[in-house]
Amino acid sequence: MYTTDMYEGMIAETNTIQGHGGDVINAYVARPMGPGPYPGMVLAHHMPGWDEWYREATRKFAHHGYVTICPDLYHRTGHGTPDDVAARVRSEGGIADDQAVGDLAAAMDYVRSLPNSSGKVGGFGTCSGGRHVLLAASQVEGFDAIVDCWGGRVVMPESSLTPKTPVAPIDYTAGLSCPVLGLFGEEDSSPSPEQVAIHEEALKRHGKEYEFHMYPEAGHGFFYYDRAVYCQEQAVDGWDKTFAFLRKHLA
Amino acid sequence: MCTMIAENAPITGSGKGTSGWIKINKVNVSYDHPTHMTIEHALNIDFVNEAQGLGARVAVELTRESARQLVDLIGAALERGAEVDGPEVVATG
Repeated sequence: MYTTDMYEGMIAETNTIQGHGGDVINAYVARPMGPGPYPGMVLAHHMPGWDEWYREATRKFAHHGYVTICPDLYHRTGHGTPDDVAARVRSEGGIADDQAVGDLAAAMDYVRSLPNSSGKVGGFGTCSGGRHVLLAASQVEGFDAIVDCWGGRVVMPESSLTPKTPVAPIDYTAGLSCPVLGLFGEEDSSPSPEQVAIHEEALKRHGKEYEFHMYPEAGHGFFYYDRAVYCQEQAVDGWDKTFAFLRKHLA
Repeated sequence: MCTMIAENAPITGSGKGTSGWIKINKVNVSYDHPTHMTIEHALNIDFVNEAQGLGARVAVELTRESARQLVDLIGAALERGAEVDGPEVVATG
């Protein structure tokens, strides 16, 4: 916990990592200044892209003592303003799941390899990022805890599977290798409370460690202070639960 | 949620973007998260010229009701245009 007599500083900068398939991609990295050791965090950005909210979130996690990396999952689409890049990705029906998983796994390896790493690494994502971080932790060994914020399309009917999203994340539950914190809104349509219940049942069936919270009077994206969907009380509690969960599993 | 509902087609036209007029050769239509509107899902239309980069884009985000209204208006205008130019409107690029 931060107290006012503590020195505080961080370095936040754009870096590059070797992502899925050996591709070099950009990543925003925020590191607390100090000897550490610090646990690491990998952030999977949402569909609106590698944007300001995610840069702020990256620095927020660093402020809380995590060496944090947020890879640009849309890097291969090209460069422009985040909304122009995201619009292109949106028009292409999103990115391929295996590519996102590969990039997040590479980001995890990167933070773990840093000299002041404690060796523990968590994941966090919202919206499509919540889904991607869940997929990564289900398909790749190495995450010690993840936070899935309202990741939709975890439960997918067969008719909605595509070459980019060939398997519903829920079908990878057996492979989930770490505890998961899920934060959801009761008024969200995807994931709906019913879909969250189906996901929870799968986690129970496979004996996975999880903690789900369903917030009343909250819809999709209730952390986003720059959107009308922002819910102050639920967001503050959600951040508290996020950091409590990470302290428990990454300490 | 991210719906991933996206449709696109080659088209011919011009649009005025942030850097002035550009030739438009493709339209991307999605029903998904908008960037600017404060609703969860919108009917998003991007008129683009991909060869000119990601910024060569004229973007519109509409409520479903507005999108339906636009479809009706386009249909009505085209009907009236057909009375002037015949049944097929030929784009001149």
